[in-house]
Amino acid sequence: MLTPAIVRRNTPQRYRMEAQKCAKCGKVFFPPRVVCPCGSKKFRDYTLPSEGKVVTHTVIRTAPRGFGDEAPYCMGIVELSDGSRILCQIADCEPHRLKIGLPVSIELRKIQEAGESGVLAYGYKAVPER
Amino acid sequence: MAGIVGYGAYIPRYRIKVEEIAKVWGADAPSYKKGLMLREKSVPGPDQDVITIAVEAARNAMKRAGVSGAKVGAVYVGSESHPYAVKPTGTAVAEVIGAVNDCHCADLSFACKAGSEGMFLAYGLVKSGEVEYALGIGADTSQGAPGDALEYSAAAGGAAFLMGAKNVVATVECQYSFMSDTPDFWRREYMNYPRHGGRFTGDMAYFKHVRGGVEGILKKARAKTKDFKYAVFHQPNGKFPMKMAKDLGFSDEQMKTGLLVPALGNTYSGASPLGLSAILDEARPGDAILMCSFGSGAGSDAFIFTCTKELPKVQGKAKKTRDYLDTNPFYLDYGTYVKFRRKIRKNVED
Amino acid sequence: MRDVAIIGIGMTDFGELWNDSLRDLFVKASLEAMDDAGVDHIDGLVAGCMSPGLFAGQEHIGSLMADYLGQAPVPGVRVESACASGGMALRTGIAYVASGMHDVVLCGGVEKMTDVSGAQATYALATAADQDYEAFHGVTFPGLYAMIATAHMHKYGTKREDLAQVAVKNHDNGLLNPHAQYRMKITVEQVINSVKVADPLNILDCSPITDGAAAVIICPLEMAKKMKKKPVVKIAASTHATDTIALHQREDITWLDSTAVAAAKAYKMAGVKPQDIDFAEVHDCFTIAEICVLEALGVVKKGEGGKATREGMTARGGRFPVNPSGGLKSKGHPVGATGIAQIHEIVTQLRGDAGKRQLKRARRALAQNMGGSGGSAVVHILEVL
Repeated sequence: MLTPAIVRRNTPQRYRMEAQKCAKCGKVFFPPRVVCPCGSKKFRDYTLPSEGKVVTHTVIRTAPRGFGDEAPYCMGIVELSDGSRILCQIADCEPHRLKIGLPVSIELRKIQEAGESGVLAYGYKAVPER
Repeated sequence: MAGIVGYGAYIPRYRIKVEEIAKVWGADAPSYKKGLMLREKSVPGPDQDVITIAVEAARNAMKRAGVSGAKVGAVYVGSESHPYAVKPTGTAVAEVIGAVNDCHCADLSFACKAGSEGMFLAYGLVKSGEVEYALGIGADTSQGAPGDALEYSAAAGGAAFLMGAKNVVATVECQYSFMSDTPDFWRREYMNYPRHGGRFTGDMAYFKHVRGGVEGILKKARAKTKDFKYAVFHQPNGKFPMKMAKDLGFSDEQMKTGLLVPALGNTYSGASPLGLSAILDEARPGDAILMCSFGSGAGSDAFIFTCTKELPKVQGKAKKTRDYLDTNPFYLDYGTYVKFRRKIRKNVED
Repeated sequence: MRDVAIIGIGMTDFGELWNDSLRDLFVKASLEAMDDAGVDHIDGLVAGCMSPGLFAGQEHIGSLMADYLGQAPVPGVRVESACASGGMALRTGIAYVASGMHDVVLCGGVEKMTDVSGAQATYALATAADQDYEAFHGVTFPGLYAMIATAHMHKYGTKREDLAQVAVKNHDNGLLNPHAQYRMKITVEQVINSVKVADPLNILDCSPITDGAAAVIICPLEMAKKMKKKPVVKIAASTHATDTIALHQREDITWLDSTAVAAAKAYKMAGVKPQDIDFAEVHDCFTIAEICVLEALGVVKKGEGGKATREGMTARGGRFPVNPSGGLKSKGHPVGATGIAQIHEIVTQLRGDAGKRQLKRARRALAQNMGGSGGSAVVHILEVL
C-alpha cells in the first residue's frame, strides 16, 4: 500500500530514522510507540545511528509485486552501532559478499513506486563499504 | 567572508564501459573513446535517482560542516532529471537533513548548469544575511537516447555545497553569470530523451558561454589564469573542457584534479560541482579555484574560491569524491544497463 | 469452564482445486465433519481464514458460510491470525463451548489461494508481516524464514542438508496421505538443487500455494461421551501466545517465543510433559520452521532441531514423529485451513483411522499452528479417551 498519506506519515522514520527512548527503562523503539512494555508513556527523542553490521541475511529471488525488476536483491537484519535492529535491503551488494558481521552504512534509496504514475517512496537501505 | 562551509559528493557504484555500448550499436569504440576522451560512465542503480543522490551528497556536506539541519534556511537542487515532473526534489533533501519546516526550497533547471545555479543563489542568500546557511546541490541521472552519441556519456552523480559565513572552508571571492538564448540542446515536454544541435553545440554553445563566463569573472575579479591552483569547467566529455582550457590559457596541471569525466561520464548538473568537490578534497589553505559551469540553452556560472585553513579539518569527515569514483566499481553489461534504466518494454504487472 | 471434545472431522483434498470456490471448499469440509459427528444442526460457526479479501475478494465469510451450510441464522464469525487462523478458529470455538455459550460448534478453516497470480499471492501472504517495517522493504515470507535459517545455521551449525531432510521426511509421510497435494518422494539432493527462492531456501523448502478446507465439530466432553461417535477425543489444552510480528525486533531471531510460551502453557494445562506427547503436527511452512518449532516445543534442546531431524527422531518410526500427515510441505498449506487440518490428522491418528500412515503409539498428540514469522502461535493437546 502506497498512498500519499502513508508516504508522508512515515517520512520521519524512513528519511531520518527517528526513534525514541523510554524515559524510564531506556529501551529504544523504532518506530516510536505510545507505551513501553515497562509501563512508561514518557519517551525522549532519539535518532538511530547510521552504521551497523548484518546479523542475518537472504537473497530474495522470488519478489513480491512491485519488486520484480530488482530481483535478485539482498536483504538483511542490521544491528546498528547502538544495538537497535532494523530490517532492510542491502543495496549495491553482490550476493556472494553477504555474510554475518558485514559492516554496512545507511543510505537513502527509492524503495517502491505506486505504479508508473503514482507516488515514489524512499527509505533506508544498508550499503556495504565499496 | 561567506563561502562554502561544507561540501559532499555522491556517485553510484555501477559503471558501463564505452566498449559495451559500442558493441550493441556496431560503433567503433576506440574512436568514441578518443573522440570523447571518455572510457566509461556511472549508472544509477534501479533504486537511485536525483533525490537519493542529492540526499547522500547533502549528508556528506552536512557531515563536513557539522551544522544542524535546522539552521539551513534554503535548499536548492538543480537537475534535468528530477524524479517527478511536478513535485520538488529539494523538499526530500530538506526533510532528510532536518531542515524542515523553516526553509526556502526550490528545484532549479537550466540543463547542466542547474547545480551551479543553486550554489549561486545559496551564496547570495547567505551573503545578504537573509539565511544563516543555504544548500546548493547539482545532481543528475541523465539519459541519452539509445544509440545516440549521448548514450556513451550521460551519467549519474551529484555534489552539494553548504554556504555559510562561519568556519568557511572556501570563501567565494567572486561570482559571475553569462547567458544568451541559444537552442543547442533541449527536451520537449512528454519526451523521454533530449535532442541536440549536433556540431552547433560546440562553438556556438559550450565554448562561447564557458569563455564568456571565465573571461567575465576574470575581468570582474581582476584575476589572471595563473592566479589559480585549480580550474574546473563543465565536462560533457573529456575533449571540450581540455580544449577550452588550452584556448583560455589554463594548464593540464590546473585542470587535472577537477577533470573526472574520463572515468565518470557527464553528470550534467553534477559535473562541474563534482569536479569542484574533487578539488576541495585535496586543496590546501590559500589555494585559489576557478569554476565555470555550462548549461545548454545557454549560459554559464563562474566562481572564484579561496581555500581557508578550515578546509583540511573537514576533508576527512566524509567520503571523498575519488573514493566514490575509484573504489570497486561494478561493471554492467548492456542488458542489465537497459534494465536498470528502464528501457525494456514489459507486460504491466497485475 | 466445561471440558471440550471433538466429535467430527472433515476435509477436502488439498491442491489446485480449479473448480471449487472459497464457499464450496468450506461447505464440503463442514458437511463432512457434521456427517462424521452425526449432527445436522450446529449452534455456531467459526471460520478461520487469513485473507479471503485479498485471495478471493470476499469478506464477511462468517455469515456467508453459515448461509451456504444451511445453518443461518446461527452465529457465524471469521477469525484471523495469519497462518494460525485455523488454530485460532478452534480455540475461539472452544471458548464458546467451554463457557457454556454454545454446545455444538463447527470450527473450520479455509483458503482459496489459486485465483490470484503468484505475485499477488506472495503479496497477500506478506500482509502477515509488518507492513511498514518489513513488507515495505520487499521482504517475503520465504525471505523472513530464510533469515531465520541463515542465523540458525550460523549460530548452531545447522546444515543445509538438515533443512532438506525436513522436506524429505514430510514428503515420505505425505505419500501416504490421500488428501495431500504433493504425494511424491523427494531426495535431499533434489531439495538442495531445486529453484532458489530466498537463499538458503529453495522451492522444495517451501510449503506450496494450496486451495483447501478442513472442519471439526466440537461439543462439551460430557455431551460427547453420550454420543454414538467413538472414541471420544478430548481437547486437553488450548493455548495461544503472541510475539513481535517484525522478526528483527526479537532478541533471538532463531527462537520462536510465541510457540515456546503457548507450548509451556499447554503442557501445564494438560498436566503433561513434552515426553508424554506421542506425536505432533507442527507448522512447517518452511523447512527451517519445523526445526525451530521442535526446539520451542521443548522436545529437543535449543539448536538441536537440525540434528534431531538428521538422526530420524521425527520420522514416522522415530522417537517423536512429527507431521505424519505430510505437514504443510507435502500435504499443502491453504493458510487458513492448516490449523484445522492438523487437528483432522491428529484425530484420525488418535482414532486409529490413518491407514498406511497410522502411527503405532497415538494416545496423546500436540498441534502447533503459527502465524507470520512466529508473531502468533496456537497450541492444542488432544487425548483419546
